[in-house]
Amino acid sequence: MTSATRHETRIEAVPDQPVVRITRDFDAPVERVFQAHVDPDLLTRWLGPRNLVMRVDRFEPVTGGAYRYTHTGPDGQEHAFFGSFHEVRAPGRIVQTFTYEGFPDGVSLDLLELEDLGDGRTRLHATSVVDSVEVRDMIIASGMESGVVQGYEKLDELLSA
Amino acid sequence: MAGDRLSRAFAALADPTRRDLVGRLAVADATVNELAAPYDISVQAVSKHLKVLEDAGLVTRSRDAQRRPCHLQADVLDLMTAWIERYRRETEERYQRLDAVLASLDSDSDPAATEAAHEDGAAS
Repeated sequence: MTSATRHETRIEAVPDQPVVRITRDFDAPVERVFQAHVDPDLLTRWLGPRNLVMRVDRFEPVTGGAYRYTHTGPDGQEHAFFGSFHEVRAPGRIVQTFTYEGFPDGVSLDLLELEDLGDGRTRLHATSVVDSVEVRDMIIASGMESGVVQGYEKLDELLSA
Repeated sequence: MAGDRLSRAFAALADPTRRDLVGRLAVADATVNELAAPYDISVQAVSKHLKVLEDAGLVTRSRDAQRRPCHLQADVLDLMTAWIERYRRETEERYQRLDAVLASLDSDSDPAATEAAHEDGAAS
């Protein structure tokens, strides 16, 4: 909690560009932060929302590789995500595509860059680019993961009311 | 109340057609017929979608004008601010989990051992 309060996540959503930029500092060297992104056993420990179980179906974190993972909610409903690794370049750059299978027409290009701040610290820059401002807003509005899940659950409630 | 409003807005925007309608109304007011024109679905179906958006407080329709154009509520921009904050909090929670993973790597193992464990994991 102490390091988390010190290292605030910054979100930038430029009004007229279909882009989201995230910046966050970590008290760990670049190699470690990179490892936590390419080792599936480590990735499952932090990527998914707490209330969902993350299962890795496919994970090849190399240039030209692919991945797919599934989040299962408490109700047993599954939400799958997939994409390609365009480039995985140790120790500081991962470029991949990302699609939520529940919204198959949507795809984002995600760029991860890890900046060495010295003293064993790292600044993470994550940029997601999509094909319209509307889709970008949807990602922000829904969270794409937990938000999409909860959003659809609430839609179900709304439609059955 | 604000939370309930937000919930209804999220639910309303979980549908791609309704997100598209909101996107188009962000450009200009439009009638139901104008909104329905590009879709393969009926005017009635578009009306139902608009009703959901209206109930969620995202869209209003003037009662007096003959054309009854649909209008996107200006305070949707305030919702956007709220959404960005929620998105930021979700991202922050995720990176706090990553903080914990990175801290465990530091304390549990030296880099060589971690590297070996990683290779084992990749091979299995």
